[in-house]
Amino acid sequence: MRAAIGGDAASYRQLLDSLSHSLRAVTRRGFAQAGAALNDVEDVVQETLLAIHLKRHTWKSDQPLGPWVRAIARHKLIDALRRRGRRIEVPIEAVLDFLAADEPRSDLDRQDAARLVDGLRGRQQVIVRAISLEGQSIREVAERLGMNEGAVRVALHRGLKALAAMHRKGHEE
Amino acid sequence: MRTDDLIAALAADAQTVSNPIGRTLWLALTGGAVVAALIFFFGIGFRLDLASALETPRFLFKCALTLTLLVSAMGLMLHIARPEAVPPAWAMALAAAPLLLAIAAIAELMVVPSSDWTKRLVGTNALVCLVLIPALSAAPLAALLLALRQGAPAHPMLAGAVAGLVAASVGATLYATHCQDDSPLFVATWYVIAVMIVTLVGALIGARLLRW
Repeated sequence: MRAAIGGDAASYRQLLDSLSHSLRAVTRRGFAQAGAALNDVEDVVQETLLAIHLKRHTWKSDQPLGPWVRAIARHKLIDALRRRGRRIEVPIEAVLDFLAADEPRSDLDRQDAARLVDGLRGRQQVIVRAISLEGQSIREVAERLGMNEGAVRVALHRGLKALAAMHRKGHEE
Repeated sequence: MRTDDLIAALAADAQTVSNPIGRTLWLALTGGAVVAALIFFFGIGFRLDLASALETPRFLFKCALTLTLLVSAMGLMLHIARPEAVPPAWAMALAAAPLLLAIAAIAELMVVPSSDWTKRLVGTNALVCLVLIPALSAAPLAALLLALRQGAPAHPMLAGAVAGLVAASVGATLYATHCQDDSPLFVATWYVIAVMIVTLVGALIGARLLRW
Protein backbone atom coordinates (compact mmCIF):
# COMPACT_ATOMS: atom_id res chain seq x y z
CA MET A 1 0.00 0.00 0.00
CA ARG A 2 2.89 2.32 0.70
CA ALA A 3 4.22 1.79 -2.79
CA ALA A 4 0.69 2.13 -4.11
CA ILE A 5 0.21 5.46 -2.34
CA GLY A 6 3.46 6.48 -3.98
CA GLY A 7 1.71 5.86 -7.30
CA ASP A 8 3.12 2.45 -8.26
CA ALA A 9 0.28 1.02 -10.34
CA ALA A 10 1.63 -2.52 -10.59
CA SER A 11 2.01 -3.15 -6.87
CA TYR A 12 -1.29 -1.40 -6.26
CA ARG A 13 -3.04 -3.71 -8.67
CA GLN A 14 -1.51 -6.71 -6.96
CA LEU A 15 -2.65 -5.46 -3.59
CA LEU A 16 -6.22 -4.79 -4.72
CA ASP A 17 -6.34 -8.18 -6.33
CA SER A 18 -5.35 -9.99 -3.16
CA LEU A 19 -7.68 -7.80 -1.10
CA SER A 20 -10.58 -8.62 -3.41
CA HIS A 21 -10.29 -12.31 -2.53
CA SER A 22 -10.53 -11.79 1.19
CA LEU A 23 -13.23 -9.15 0.74
CA ARG A 24 -15.28 -11.62 -1.25
CA ALA A 25 -15.00 -14.20 1.51
CA VAL A 26 -15.86 -11.68 4.23
CA THR A 27 -18.81 -10.28 2.31
CA ARG A 28 -20.21 -13.72 1.58
CA ARG A 29 -19.99 -14.69 5.20
CA GLY A 30 -21.70 -11.45 6.21
CA PHE A 31 -24.48 -11.91 3.67
CA ALA A 32 -24.98 -15.51 4.69
CA GLN A 33 -25.20 -14.61 8.35
CA ALA A 34 -27.74 -11.92 7.56
CA GLY A 35 -29.73 -14.28 5.38
CA ALA A 36 -29.34 -11.97 2.40
CA ALA A 37 -29.37 -13.17 -1.20
CA LEU A 38 -25.85 -13.85 -2.40
CA ASN A 39 -26.19 -12.54 -5.92
CA ASP A 40 -25.25 -9.03 -4.74
CA VAL A 41 -21.99 -10.06 -3.12
CA GLU A 42 -19.79 -9.04 -6.04
CA ASP A 43 -21.53 -5.70 -6.10
CA VAL A 44 -20.54 -5.05 -2.49
CA VAL A 45 -16.98 -6.29 -3.11
CA GLN A 46 -16.66 -3.74 -5.88
CA GLU A 47 -18.16 -0.98 -3.79
CA THR A 48 -15.69 -1.79 -1.02
CA LEU A 49 -12.75 -1.76 -3.43
CA LEU A 50 -13.89 1.62 -4.69
CA ALA A 51 -14.08 2.91 -1.12
CA ILE A 52 -10.61 1.56 -0.32
CA HIS A 53 -9.33 3.33 -3.42
CA LEU A 54 -11.08 6.66 -2.90
CA LYS A 55 -10.43 6.80 0.85
CA ARG A 56 -6.88 5.51 0.96
CA HIS A 57 -5.62 8.87 2.19
CA THR A 58 -7.39 8.11 5.49
CA TRP A 59 -4.97 5.26 6.12
CA LYS A 60 -1.98 6.29 8.21
CA SER A 61 1.10 4.86 6.57
CA ASP A 62 2.73 4.16 9.95
CA GLN A 63 -0.19 1.92 10.95
CA PRO A 64 -0.89 -1.67 9.86
CA LEU A 65 -3.12 -1.91 6.81
CA GLY A 66 -5.30 -4.78 8.05
CA PRO A 67 -7.46 -3.00 10.63
CA TRP A 68 -8.07 -0.12 8.25
CA VAL A 69 -9.21 -2.42 5.42
CA ARG A 70 -11.40 -4.39 7.81
CA ALA A 71 -13.00 -1.19 9.08
CA ILE A 72 -13.84 -0.09 5.52
CA ALA A 73 -15.16 -3.54 4.63
CA ARG A 74 -17.28 -3.67 7.76
CA HIS A 75 -18.72 -0.23 7.07
CA LYS A 76 -19.64 -1.17 3.52
CA LEU A 77 -21.06 -4.55 4.52
CA ILE A 78 -23.27 -3.10 7.23
CA ASP A 79 -24.33 -0.35 4.87
CA ALA A 80 -25.20 -2.82 2.12
CA LEU A 81 -27.19 -5.07 4.45
CA ARG A 82 -29.03 -2.13 5.93
CA ARG A 83 -29.96 -0.81 2.51
CA ARG A 84 -31.28 -4.21 1.56
CA GLY A 85 -33.45 -4.09 4.64
CA ARG A 86 -31.92 -7.11 6.29
CA ARG A 87 -31.39 -7.70 9.92
CA ILE A 88 -28.75 -9.96 11.30
CA GLU A 89 -30.50 -13.31 11.52
CA VAL A 90 -29.44 -16.67 12.89
CA PRO A 91 -26.13 -17.74 11.35
CA ILE A 92 -26.37 -21.17 9.80
CA GLU A 93 -23.12 -23.07 9.98
CA ALA A 94 -24.05 -25.40 7.18
CA VAL A 95 -24.64 -22.50 4.84
CA LEU A 96 -21.31 -21.04 5.85
CA ASP A 97 -19.38 -24.15 4.93
CA PHE A 98 -21.22 -24.42 1.70
CA LEU A 99 -20.32 -20.86 0.81
CA ALA A 100 -16.71 -20.97 1.83
CA ALA A 101 -15.59 -21.28 -1.78
CA ASP A 102 -13.72 -18.27 -3.08
CA GLU A 103 -15.04 -18.16 -6.63
CA PRO A 104 -16.73 -15.21 -8.24
CA ARG A 105 -20.37 -15.93 -8.95
CA SER A 106 -22.06 -16.13 -12.29
CA ASP A 107 -22.62 -13.27 -14.68
CA LEU A 108 -25.83 -12.45 -12.87
CA ASP A 109 -23.76 -10.71 -10.19
CA ARG A 110 -22.28 -8.37 -12.68
CA GLN A 111 -25.38 -7.02 -14.26
CA ASP A 112 -25.83 -4.37 -11.60
CA ALA A 113 -22.26 -3.23 -11.88
CA ALA A 114 -22.40 -3.15 -15.66
CA ARG A 115 -25.50 -1.01 -15.46
CA LEU A 116 -23.63 1.33 -13.13
CA VAL A 117 -20.96 2.02 -15.74
CA ASP A 118 -23.72 2.76 -18.23
CA GLY A 119 -24.88 5.45 -15.85
CA LEU A 120 -21.64 7.41 -16.15
CA ARG A 121 -21.73 10.51 -18.28
CA GLY A 122 -20.11 10.86 -21.72
CA ARG A 123 -16.32 11.03 -21.48
CA GLN A 124 -16.19 9.41 -18.07
CA GLN A 125 -18.06 6.39 -19.33
CA VAL A 126 -15.88 6.04 -22.40
CA ILE A 127 -12.70 6.33 -20.34
CA VAL A 128 -13.71 4.05 -17.47
CA ARG A 129 -14.95 1.49 -19.96
CA ALA A 130 -11.79 1.65 -22.07
CA ILE A 131 -9.46 1.25 -19.12
CA SER A 132 -11.44 -1.40 -17.25
CA LEU A 133 -13.30 -3.52 -19.80
CA GLU A 134 -10.97 -3.00 -22.74
CA GLY A 135 -7.79 -2.99 -20.68
CA GLN A 136 -6.28 0.04 -22.37
CA SER A 137 -3.65 2.22 -20.73
CA ILE A 138 -4.10 5.87 -19.94
CA ARG A 139 -1.80 6.78 -22.81
CA GLU A 140 -3.72 4.68 -25.31
CA VAL A 141 -7.01 6.21 -24.25
CA ALA A 142 -5.52 9.69 -24.42
CA GLU A 143 -4.29 9.09 -27.96
CA ARG A 144 -7.56 7.57 -29.08
CA LEU A 145 -9.66 10.43 -27.72
CA GLY A 146 -7.18 13.14 -28.64
CA MET A 147 -6.94 14.29 -25.02
CA ASN A 148 -3.82 14.83 -22.94
CA GLU A 149 -3.01 12.22 -20.30
CA GLY A 150 -3.68 14.57 -17.42
CA ALA A 151 -7.22 15.17 -18.61
CA VAL A 152 -7.79 11.42 -18.97
CA ARG A 153 -6.52 10.90 -15.43
CA VAL A 154 -8.88 13.54 -14.07
CA ALA A 155 -11.84 12.10 -15.97
CA LEU A 156 -10.99 8.59 -14.77
CA HIS A 157 -10.78 9.73 -11.15
CA ARG A 158 -14.07 11.59 -11.40
CA GLY A 159 -15.65 8.61 -13.10
CA LEU A 160 -14.60 6.34 -10.23
CA LYS A 161 -16.00 8.83 -7.72
CA ALA A 162 -19.24 8.91 -9.66
CA LEU A 163 -19.34 5.10 -9.67
CA ALA A 164 -18.99 5.06 -5.88
CA ALA A 165 -21.78 7.63 -5.57
CA MET A 166 -24.03 5.54 -7.81
CA HIS A 167 -23.39 2.47 -5.66
CA ARG A 168 -24.59 4.48 -2.68
CA LYS A 169 -27.66 5.92 -4.34
CA GLY A 170 -28.61 2.90 -6.41
CA HIS A 171 -30.03 1.08 -3.43
CA GLU A 172 -31.62 3.94 -1.59
CA GLU A 173 -34.66 4.20 -3.80
CA MET B 1 -18.07 -4.99 -15.07
CA ARG B 2 -15.99 -7.78 -13.61
CA THR B 3 -14.12 -7.07 -10.42
CA ASP B 4 -10.82 -7.59 -12.25
CA ASP B 5 -11.81 -4.89 -14.71
CA LEU B 6 -12.64 -2.53 -11.89
CA ILE B 7 -9.26 -3.23 -10.30
CA ALA B 8 -7.58 -2.35 -13.60
CA ALA B 9 -9.35 1.00 -13.57
CA LEU B 10 -8.42 1.62 -9.93
CA ALA B 11 -4.78 0.75 -10.59
CA ALA B 12 -4.72 3.15 -13.54
CA ASP B 13 -5.88 5.82 -11.09
CA ALA B 14 -3.07 4.99 -8.63
CA GLN B 15 -1.35 8.33 -9.03
CA THR B 16 -4.31 10.43 -8.00
CA VAL B 17 -4.01 10.52 -4.23
CA SER B 18 -5.60 13.16 -2.00
CA ASN B 19 -3.75 14.83 0.84
CA PRO B 20 -3.62 12.82 4.05
CA ILE B 21 -6.88 13.43 5.90
CA GLY B 22 -5.06 14.78 8.96
CA ARG B 23 -3.50 17.57 6.94
CA THR B 24 -6.82 18.41 5.32
CA LEU B 25 -8.49 18.71 8.73
CA TRP B 26 -5.73 20.94 10.14
CA LEU B 27 -5.96 23.19 7.09
CA ALA B 28 -9.73 23.40 7.52
CA LEU B 29 -9.38 24.26 11.20
CA THR B 30 -6.79 26.94 10.45
CA GLY B 31 -8.76 28.43 7.58
CA GLY B 32 -12.02 28.44 9.52
CA ALA B 33 -10.38 29.93 12.59
CA VAL B 34 -8.77 32.71 10.54
CA VAL B 35 -12.14 33.67 9.05
CA ALA B 36 -13.77 33.59 12.49
CA ALA B 37 -10.94 35.71 13.92
CA LEU B 38 -11.33 38.30 11.16
CA ILE B 39 -15.05 38.51 11.84
CA PHE B 40 -14.27 38.84 15.53
CA PHE B 41 -11.62 41.55 15.24
CA PHE B 42 -13.51 43.66 12.73
CA GLY B 43 -17.04 43.10 13.94
CA ILE B 44 -16.87 42.39 17.66
CA GLY B 45 -13.52 43.15 19.30
CA PHE B 46 -11.94 42.46 22.68
CA ARG B 47 -13.55 43.63 25.88
CA LEU B 48 -12.20 47.03 26.85
CA ASP B 49 -10.74 45.89 30.17
CA LEU B 50 -8.88 42.95 28.65
CA ALA B 51 -5.57 43.89 30.29
CA SER B 52 -6.98 43.82 33.82
CA ALA B 53 -9.17 40.80 33.04
CA LEU B 54 -6.03 38.85 32.16
CA GLU B 55 -5.10 39.04 35.81
CA THR B 56 -8.31 37.54 37.14
CA PRO B 57 -8.51 33.78 37.67
CA ARG B 58 -12.11 33.54 36.41
CA PHE B 59 -11.27 35.05 33.03
CA LEU B 60 -8.16 32.92 32.68
CA PHE B 61 -10.15 29.83 33.60
CA LYS B 62 -12.77 30.65 30.97
CA CYS B 63 -10.10 30.83 28.26
CA ALA B 64 -8.32 27.71 29.50
CA LEU B 65 -11.63 25.86 29.43
CA THR B 66 -12.49 26.68 25.82
CA LEU B 67 -8.94 25.84 24.76
CA THR B 68 -9.14 22.50 26.58
CA LEU B 69 -12.30 21.73 24.65
CA LEU B 70 -10.61 22.77 21.42
CA VAL B 71 -7.61 20.50 21.94
CA SER B 72 -9.60 17.47 23.09
CA ALA B 73 -12.27 17.78 20.39
CA MET B 74 -9.71 18.31 17.63
CA GLY B 75 -7.70 15.31 18.83
CA LEU B 76 -10.84 13.21 18.73
CA MET B 77 -11.78 14.48 15.29
CA LEU B 78 -8.45 13.45 13.77
CA HIS B 79 -9.35 9.88 14.75
CA ILE B 80 -13.07 9.92 14.11
CA ALA B 81 -12.41 11.01 10.51
CA ARG B 82 -10.93 7.56 9.87
CA PRO B 83 -12.86 4.30 9.61
CA GLU B 84 -11.12 2.46 12.44
CA ALA B 85 -12.32 2.45 16.03
CA VAL B 86 -11.40 5.58 18.00
CA PRO B 87 -8.76 5.00 20.71
CA PRO B 88 -10.61 5.13 24.05
CA ALA B 89 -8.12 7.65 25.43
CA TRP B 90 -9.30 10.30 22.97
CA ALA B 91 -12.94 9.61 23.66
CA MET B 92 -12.27 10.00 27.36
CA ALA B 93 -10.20 13.13 26.87
CA LEU B 94 -13.37 14.82 25.70
CA ALA B 95 -14.61 14.65 29.30
CA ALA B 96 -11.79 16.96 30.46
CA ALA B 97 -13.55 20.24 29.67
CA PRO B 98 -16.93 19.32 31.23
CA LEU B 99 -15.11 18.00 34.28
CA LEU B 100 -13.10 21.20 34.70
CA LEU B 101 -16.24 23.25 34.31
CA ALA B 102 -18.14 21.22 36.89
CA ILE B 103 -15.32 21.64 39.40
CA ALA B 104 -15.13 25.37 38.75
CA ALA B 105 -18.89 25.78 39.07
CA ILE B 106 -18.92 23.97 42.40
CA ALA B 107 -16.00 26.09 43.61
CA GLU B 108 -17.86 29.22 42.53
CA LEU B 109 -20.95 28.12 44.45
CA MET B 110 -18.81 27.71 47.56
CA VAL B 111 -16.97 31.02 47.22
CA VAL B 112 -19.89 33.24 46.23
CA PRO B 113 -22.78 33.91 48.67
CA SER B 114 -26.00 32.24 47.53
CA SER B 115 -27.75 35.60 47.17
CA ASP B 116 -25.40 36.38 44.26
CA TRP B 117 -25.81 33.08 42.45
CA THR B 118 -28.66 34.15 40.21
CA LYS B 119 -26.96 37.41 39.29
CA ARG B 120 -23.80 35.60 38.29
CA LEU B 121 -25.66 32.96 36.34
CA VAL B 122 -27.83 35.39 34.39
CA GLY B 123 -24.87 37.72 33.75
CA THR B 124 -25.08 40.79 31.56
CA ASN B 125 -25.28 39.54 27.99
CA ALA B 126 -26.50 35.97 27.85
CA LEU B 127 -28.41 36.48 24.62
CA VAL B 128 -25.33 37.94 22.89
CA CYS B 129 -23.43 34.86 23.97
CA LEU B 130 -26.07 32.59 22.44
CA VAL B 131 -25.89 34.47 19.15
CA LEU B 132 -22.19 35.26 18.80
CA ILE B 133 -20.71 31.86 19.67
CA PRO B 134 -22.71 30.07 16.96
CA ALA B 135 -22.06 32.95 14.55
CA LEU B 136 -18.30 32.75 15.12
CA SER B 137 -18.45 28.96 14.81
CA ALA B 138 -20.11 28.97 11.40
CA ALA B 139 -16.97 29.32 9.26
CA PRO B 140 -14.92 26.70 11.14
CA LEU B 141 -17.89 24.31 11.10
CA ALA B 142 -18.38 24.66 7.36
CA ALA B 143 -14.67 24.19 6.69
CA LEU B 144 -14.41 21.15 8.95
CA LEU B 145 -17.50 19.46 7.53
CA LEU B 146 -16.20 19.92 4.00
CA ALA B 147 -12.83 18.51 5.07
CA LEU B 148 -14.54 15.55 6.75
CA ARG B 149 -16.19 14.68 3.45
CA GLN B 150 -12.70 13.62 2.38
CA GLY B 151 -12.57 11.37 5.42
CA ALA B 152 -14.16 8.00 6.07
CA PRO B 153 -15.91 8.32 9.44
CA ALA B 154 -17.55 5.13 10.67
CA HIS B 155 -20.27 7.25 12.28
CA PRO B 156 -21.16 10.27 10.15
CA MET B 157 -23.49 11.85 12.69
CA LEU B 158 -20.95 11.54 15.48
CA ALA B 159 -18.20 12.95 13.27
CA GLY B 160 -20.45 15.90 12.45
CA ALA B 161 -21.11 16.46 16.15
CA VAL B 162 -17.38 16.45 16.93
CA ALA B 163 -16.80 18.93 14.10
CA GLY B 164 -19.48 21.04 15.78
CA LEU B 165 -17.63 20.82 19.08
CA VAL B 166 -14.32 21.86 17.52
CA ALA B 167 -15.96 24.75 15.69
CA ALA B 168 -17.86 25.84 18.79
CA SER B 169 -14.69 25.83 20.87
CA VAL B 170 -13.06 28.13 18.31
CA GLY B 171 -16.08 30.42 18.48
CA ALA B 172 -16.23 30.25 22.28
CA THR B 173 -12.50 30.98 22.66
CA LEU B 174 -12.82 34.13 20.57
CA TYR B 175 -16.04 35.19 22.22
CA ALA B 176 -14.56 34.63 25.68
CA THR B 177 -12.20 37.57 25.13
CA HIS B 178 -15.16 39.84 24.38
CA CYS B 179 -17.61 38.62 27.01
CA GLN B 180 -17.75 40.44 30.36
CA ASP B 181 -19.24 37.52 32.24
CA ASP B 182 -16.49 35.40 33.73
CA SER B 183 -18.35 33.44 36.38
CA PRO B 184 -18.19 29.67 35.86
CA LEU B 185 -21.93 29.70 36.59
CA PHE B 186 -22.50 31.86 33.52
CA VAL B 187 -20.14 29.75 31.42
CA ALA B 188 -21.74 26.50 32.60
CA THR B 189 -25.12 27.77 31.45
CA TRP B 190 -24.87 29.98 28.40
CA TYR B 191 -21.58 28.85 26.85
CA VAL B 192 -22.73 25.28 27.22
CA ILE B 193 -26.06 25.97 25.52
CA ALA B 194 -24.30 27.81 22.69
CA VAL B 195 -21.81 24.97 22.22
CA MET B 196 -24.63 22.43 22.26
CA ILE B 197 -26.45 24.31 19.50
CA VAL B 198 -23.40 24.22 17.24
CA THR B 199 -22.78 20.56 18.07
CA LEU B 200 -26.35 19.68 17.22
CA VAL B 201 -26.15 21.52 13.90
CA GLY B 202 -22.91 19.68 13.14
CA ALA B 203 -24.51 16.33 13.96
CA LEU B 204 -27.57 16.99 11.80
CA ILE B 205 -25.55 18.12 8.81
CA GLY B 206 -22.96 15.40 9.34
CA ALA B 207 -25.59 12.66 9.30
CA ARG B 208 -26.52 13.66 5.77
CA LEU B 209 -23.29 15.06 4.37
CA LEU B 210 -20.68 12.65 5.67
CA ARG B 211 -22.02 9.33 4.45
CA TRP B 212 -19.68 7.48 2.12
